[in-house]
Amino acid sequence: MTIALPQRGAPAPRRQVFVATAIIGAGISMLMAGMLAMWMKFRAAAPVRESSDGFYMIKDWLPESIKIPEVAANTMFVTFFVACIMAQWAVYSARRDDARHRSMALGITAAVGIAIVNAQIAVWSQMGIGVRDGAYQSMFYAITGTMLVLVAIGIAFSAAAFFRSVGGRGDDMQVVSAHALYWYVLTGINMALWFLVYVQK
Amino acid sequence: MTTIDTHAGAPAGSARPGLVAAVANWLTSSDHKKIGRLMVGESIVAAVAAAVIGTLVALERVSSGYSIFDGDATPQLLALFRYLLVFGALAPLMIGLAVAVVPMQVGSRAIAFPRLAQFGFWAWDLGSVMVIISIAGNGGPGGGNSDLVDMYLLGVALAAAGLAAAATSVATTVLTSRAPGMGTDDVPAFSWGALVGSIAAVLTLPVAVGTVVYLYIDHTYARVAFGGNKAVADHLHFSMTQPATFVFAAIAVAVLADIAPVTARTRQPLRAPMLAGVGLVAAGALGAVTQSQHMLSTDGSTGDTVRSAIPYLLFNGLPVLGVLVALATSLFVLKAGKPRVTAPFAFSFLGTGMVFVGMLGGMVQNIEAAGLSGTAFEEGATTYVVYGAAMALVGGLLHWAPKLWGVTVEEKKSLPLAGLALLGTVLSSFPNYIAGFADQPAGAVDGFSYDGPAGLWNGLTAAGHVLVALALLAAAGALISAVRSGQRASDDPWDGHTLEWAIPSPAPHDNFSELATVMSAEPVLDAKPKSEVSA
Repeated sequence: MTIALPQRGAPAPRRQVFVATAIIGAGISMLMAGMLAMWMKFRAAAPVRESSDGFYMIKDWLPESIKIPEVAANTMFVTFFVACIMAQWAVYSARRDDARHRSMALGITAAVGIAIVNAQIAVWSQMGIGVRDGAYQSMFYAITGTMLVLVAIGIAFSAAAFFRSVGGRGDDMQVVSAHALYWYVLTGINMALWFLVYVQK
Repeated sequence: MTTIDTHAGAPAGSARPGLVAAVANWLTSSDHKKIGRLMVGESIVAAVAAAVIGTLVALERVSSGYSIFDGDATPQLLALFRYLLVFGALAPLMIGLAVAVVPMQVGSRAIAFPRLAQFGFWAWDLGSVMVIISIAGNGGPGGGNSDLVDMYLLGVALAAAGLAAAATSVATTVLTSRAPGMGTDDVPAFSWGALVGSIAAVLTLPVAVGTVVYLYIDHTYARVAFGGNKAVADHLHFSMTQPATFVFAAIAVAVLADIAPVTARTRQPLRAPMLAGVGLVAAGALGAVTQSQHMLSTDGSTGDTVRSAIPYLLFNGLPVLGVLVALATSLFVLKAGKPRVTAPFAFSFLGTGMVFVGMLGGMVQNIEAAGLSGTAFEEGATTYVVYGAAMALVGGLLHWAPKLWGVTVEEKKSLPLAGLALLGTVLSSFPNYIAGFADQPAGAVDGFSYDGPAGLWNGLTAAGHVLVALALLAAAGALISAVRSGQRASDDPWDGHTLEWAIPSPAPHDNFSELATVMSAEPVLDAKPKSEVSA
């Protein structure tokens, strides 16, 4: 026996890709929040020592010989916002059915993502530290390396959205919106990481 | 009005697929019912394996002068026991059942992102195999084989990522693929529990993955920040104990919330409190993401006590309150209707009761003055929650067996097993509560005298684990026997209330040929002739 139920037309489309991206965004935010919490816990537990000028007592967390390359770190910080602007431009263009600008914006977002990877590699290169050198060094590579993986996923997302757009499937507004959401989430995460790891150290 | 009839018969003249094709079909299928059944099937095997290891560990503790394994093996055996309980059994059992059932309940033709759910299953599966191989090769927490310790860490990360992926698929389905007219307040109780449990899992599992990343980098390269392999178990402990286990218990509690009104043959009059109760259970996620246990301290001033009481009650008390509300609303609906005791109800009700006892134990364990932290009491609370949730899941499998396999299991075969599972759960867990008060350590075998009454407690624990393993095997056997007997279940054997009971048994590949409009939380009950509705 089957049950007779009233029927109506097809349901209004609910934004599956956008909602899934939001859930995944929450997940990766928790991933990085957990890692930052661990970073702060280890930093707080570090022993105290005198600063090099002898005026202050500071946490013996960041070895004295290590200098954070602030230009590269700050450039990377700003570049995330550029990625957001480009991703939002793609959404703006998609809303107006402007395929050429939509594709261009998505392509530039992917390129900006690659620039972020370049900036991160520059930070590592200029710091000149090894992952085996100590607690700070191994944790620094772990947290920034994880962020780099998330950026790489973002680049792949941008590339996929770009090729969809170039291939004529740009009418799928929610993919472009979800793509922008992912870059917003990454930028939010990077703001926290930049402040705690590069500014507060 | 539209009659939903989507019996999907095999095309005339079609040949049965060969063995290789059938296996390939199962392994690559994007049908949510197959993915869910694979996940549930393998996690039942993991639950039985956990019970066997629990037996061996308990036997190791029966007497101080009696040893089955050498000293290095027991810490790793305990690590494997804990992994299998939480990541091998509890989490995938709950998420697997949700993957299999939720799309049918919310009136969807498929799960959202089936390939993501499939990836989740395979990632969890591969990760679990890596964990088992690494521990078997002396590579678990504290193990001597460095490469295999790395493999253990990768396995845990992969399994957690896989579970989070499958949970994302479940949550997206409930949020975006509901039938026309079905608001979030009309979502069936089980799907609601799957939604809150899945979101809580997506929020907590990545925290464990982040910890594993640190541990892996440190262990592989430096071994200075986290203390090498000896500290692996300490740093991952939070993800395999209370309140992290409460996240998945929310889905188990939702099984009872769904089955109770069907058992009572009436609507749930306290639907809003019931949904709130199920949601509260997942509040354990708040505590799990802090990566630590929050103790109630009464040693300091009143202000200190209040300061410690707030996180303690928030992270430990809210989930207990949630289970209590779910149990109370289930009892209320039974009182309001004309209940008939069925095996699915017995399993889910008794299982939820065990989860409640385990959660209460979690609360007691975190009272600092009780001095139970780090003792066997904690193991007792974990086994109460995990085995209780597994019982509720067996109830769910028996309840939805008509849709998943097209069969119903005979009550005379399945109902007694609920009693056996209850006895096993109590015996495997409660003696550890007593042992905890005698300061028997958790996660270790050495450093305690097991002579005298301690031997008896651990003997009873061993017997309890054996009974749980037998009950799980017997339930699986009864299900397999029903499938092999070829007796088909009717489309609505339980007089169900929600959409899955409007489609044929077993559910066809795409679930629904036409999408129905839903106007209440019990659309199928609404559509039945009044004479058939008993209340």
